[in-house]
Amino acid sequence: MTTRTVAPLKVIAEPGMPFVGSERTFDAPRDLVFRCWSEPDLLRQWLGPKRLTMRIDEWNFRDGGRYRYVHVDDDGTEYGFHGVFHGEQSADRMTQTFEFEGAPGHVSLDRLELVDLGGGRTLVRTHSVYQSVEARDAMVDSGMADGMEQGYQQLDALLADLGKR
Amino acid sequence: MNQLDGVFGALADPTRRAILARLSSGDLTVGELAAPFSMSQPAVSRHLKVLESAGLISRSRRATARLSHIEPEPLKEASDWLARYRRLWEGRYEQLDELLETLKASAPDGAARSEGDVP
Repeated sequence: MTTRTVAPLKVIAEPGMPFVGSERTFDAPRDLVFRCWSEPDLLRQWLGPKRLTMRIDEWNFRDGGRYRYVHVDDDGTEYGFHGVFHGEQSADRMTQTFEFEGAPGHVSLDRLELVDLGGGRTLVRTHSVYQSVEARDAMVDSGMADGMEQGYQQLDALLADLGKR
Repeated sequence: MNQLDGVFGALADPTRRAILARLSSGDLTVGELAAPFSMSQPAVSRHLKVLESAGLISRSRRATARLSHIEPEPLKEASDWLARYRRLWEGRYEQLDELLETLKASAPDGAARSEGDVP
């Protein structure tokens, strides 16, 4: 039996900087979390939006290896994504390029780290670098990619200030 | 710099957030805004310029005074954008939570598998 801890997703970004980071804790050992990111049969089960079917066409999980996957709509519309893995891939660090085929040439560089918190819990940390702030925002607006937020804290603070009135 | 960056940049300063919070109760002049802060009117005016260029306030004239008025729309856009990002990843991660629970239940020794053992 495990007690499920709901850990809120923490999103880190700064105004004017084309980066986005996030942190989220999972109630599972690091090896298991790593398998869910690195094995296509497992990745397919959670990465895609629920209403879409995810199909992985290519998954060569090694330095220089390519991947491609597709989210398929009810009406058969396909949203493709592809990229290349860079460097040795491990739970300590997975690095890949990422490109939405609907916006060719707009490539982000994504890094993922899994930190063993002990007690069977794992921290997942992501960091994405975009070619421009506009590209980062467009990624989020497309609703399909690793975009990012900026200034959650500022907004939270403002909402708190407003709430005091 | 796009509009969202202007909004977040403007919100990054605590004085500007306090100014917005005060304007949420009604329009105020620079003098009225400066009163609670240990700050000169020109300093408050500089903050108001940042807020205005981010589209977070508009300014109008009342006799000789300039009135500041809060504009809620950019705030709503910023919060909508953040909400979209959050929804996207929270949705994915909740699915990952479920998958991990299933894996833990069905294969208690699953975690013992080598990290390099990938198809």
